[in-house]
Amino acid sequence: MDLNYTHEEQAFQLEVRQFLAEKLPPEISGKVKSKKRLTKQDSETWHAILNAAGYLNAHWLVEFGGRGWNAIQRDIFDVEANAAGAPRVVPFGLNMLAPVLMAFGSQEQQSYHLPRILDGTNWWCQGYSEPGAGSDLASLKMSAVRDGDEYVLNGQKTWTTLGQHANWIFCLVRTSREGKPQQGISFMLVDMDTPGVEVRPIILLEGTHEVNEVWFTDVRVPAENLVGEENKGWTYAKYLLVHERSGIAGVGDALASIEHLKQIAREQKKDGKPLAEDALFAARLAEIEIDLAAMRTTNMRIMQAASDGAPPGPEVSMLKIKGTVLRQSINDLTRRALGPYAMPFVSEALDIGYNEEPIGPDYANPVAADYFNHRKTSIYGGSNEIQRNIISKLMMGL
Amino acid sequence: MDFSHTEERQMLADMVGRFVRDEYDIETRHANARSDDGFSRAHWSQLAELGLIGALFPESCGGFGGTGFDISVVFEQLGGGLVVEPFLANLLAGTALAASGTHSDVLDEVMAGNCLLAYAHGEPASRYSLSQVETVAQKSGSGYRLNGNKAVVISGDTANKLVVSARTAGGNDATDGISLFLVPADADGIHIRSYPTIDGYRAAEIALKDVEVPADSLIGVEGQAIALIEQVNAAGTLAVSAEALGAIDVGIEMTLDYLKTRKQFGVPIGKFQALQHRMADMMTEREQIRSALINAAGNLQSDQRDWHMSALKNLIGRAGRSIAEECIQMHGGIAMTFEYAVGHYAKRVVMIDHMFGDEDHHLQRIIKLGAIAATAAATA
Repeated sequence: MDLNYTHEEQAFQLEVRQFLAEKLPPEISGKVKSKKRLTKQDSETWHAILNAAGYLNAHWLVEFGGRGWNAIQRDIFDVEANAAGAPRVVPFGLNMLAPVLMAFGSQEQQSYHLPRILDGTNWWCQGYSEPGAGSDLASLKMSAVRDGDEYVLNGQKTWTTLGQHANWIFCLVRTSREGKPQQGISFMLVDMDTPGVEVRPIILLEGTHEVNEVWFTDVRVPAENLVGEENKGWTYAKYLLVHERSGIAGVGDALASIEHLKQIAREQKKDGKPLAEDALFAARLAEIEIDLAAMRTTNMRIMQAASDGAPPGPEVSMLKIKGTVLRQSINDLTRRALGPYAMPFVSEALDIGYNEEPIGPDYANPVAADYFNHRKTSIYGGSNEIQRNIISKLMMGL
Repeated sequence: MDFSHTEERQMLADMVGRFVRDEYDIETRHANARSDDGFSRAHWSQLAELGLIGALFPESCGGFGGTGFDISVVFEQLGGGLVVEPFLANLLAGTALAASGTHSDVLDEVMAGNCLLAYAHGEPASRYSLSQVETVAQKSGSGYRLNGNKAVVISGDTANKLVVSARTAGGNDATDGISLFLVPADADGIHIRSYPTIDGYRAAEIALKDVEVPADSLIGVEGQAIALIEQVNAAGTLAVSAEALGAIDVGIEMTLDYLKTRKQFGVPIGKFQALQHRMADMMTEREQIRSALINAAGNLQSDQRDWHMSALKNLIGRAGRSIAEECIQMHGGIAMTFEYAVGHYAKRVVMIDHMFGDEDHHLQRIIKLGAIAATAAATA
């Protein structure tokens, strides 16, 4: 064991810092740091900058153009990028679909789709959940019926994050109703410009348009868009979910959020003194920092244990639980740090171009919305209760 | 960064683990604890011969280890067997000698298993403070005369020599003016009251009344022992936390086993989701403790030592206690019996919260220390 960075790791950290200092546009990092809304253009700009530098897919296998970053390198990049105010990269194509295509896709699918994920031609979204299939994902009903060289898709997907920006969607569809529900599922790639695909917004409790319903009415998809074998989609779906969870600890985001909280706590006053000096507040914050320091190491240990390129095991469910709960507790403490000024919420003030005076401190407006928005994290990607089921079954044999 | 053990350290861990598994079952442990000495001298000699005491001290002092990871690896395995032999006491007192660079002949005897030490620092009123020392050492001829009371001295009843802290200058809570002395346990004026602890170990209240010691019994520099004391405290915190993790591992393993075999309502109770989810949380917290232990072990010699020790000890107090309580709860009535082992593991984990500062003590110390730098690499 050695917690020191090697010379290579130090050099890498320096390289990343330099890249961020030179290439991260200040207007984008400014928005991230002040919690303003990012536009589609912002995401695409940052995506392109990362791609040009070779950082976008650095965690991909070398044979697919990646650099095969290890857990330490991923941690360094994650922490540095978040500290600098870099936006989160939209993960659906890059971190979810891509590993599935690398492992199970045809050569044609790999050579067609992987470059288009990188160059931003295709913005992917995820068609997993349905109104009747949440935690019980395998009960999904959306049907795909083979008709000559095509499949005909009918049904509805929901909670489709940023589906309003996407032009492709990967879907779990039902191709058979025989046997166990898991046995009749297939994994399908769908061009959203195909007739019969309709995206309808869902407005979240804090008022933002982040997720959608996607409706499919007699949507005809070429048979070559089936990934792997028919009725084997559940295997691919689970493989994807493990990859989805591999960045889920959110260490860099948590560290940046704690810095933000501390700044607020230094400015907010309680009984005439900075809130940061309040014993009870300081204790709550210290507990979070203790848990986070441990989780950063847990994250690197679990990721490192998964050999290069191999998906991490069920241990990653522990990271999902710990990572989401920890970040929710930071959101919660930030909200409470504001006192009454957590209440005012002017949605327009989150957009660039809003010129009116802020109500209360300028950092207050997005905080409660952020808190409510982040309740999603212990629900999505397999709810934390599902994660506990996975740990029970796969790690403990219960 | 590298999260795997070196081959040598893995061998050390395996060796201690094998000893516990093959020769130190819970009955043996209880028998050792119940014996007159409160431990087995035969086992102590055997472990000394295996080099286990030497592993706790650096090569510069005649040992062959002494890093944070050597200490954590040894004590984690000892914790898995609830080993009552006086490793902790000798780590503490031995660390004071090793760090001061004085009394190396005594340390040699300790590593050979021929001399037992204990660390008499805490006092009836000091709680977890390191600088609250009321015991005084007055100049007396060419030496010193010691007067005062030492509290809950672990293994203090069987030690041949005591490392005693006493004030040579300054007020009761001053960090300056504290000195350490190496004192024969049978010196005139020393009264040792031995007693068992709730978790099966031995400790002592030690009264010093006009104890005369020569000048060369001083450990390190007169009046400047606080740095040594802090170093001892860090090593002790690391050791008992590793011990707690070893005990937690066994507790979780036993509980998991029980969930798979105990039947109620016609099924193994592990089929109940109410228990599964709590067990999953215990697994997660256990990994958090393991990570905090790695962070602390890797920083034993760094300038971030105190932050990581406090983070670890807070987590042992907070998450460790919760795991210990859940191990008892999920077992049900059987865990309440003395005969069944899981309760003894739980007792050890909870009592470790009372050594070197509890959960609250370390939370407050974290607040005083401020945050570690978010993006700085740890240095070992």
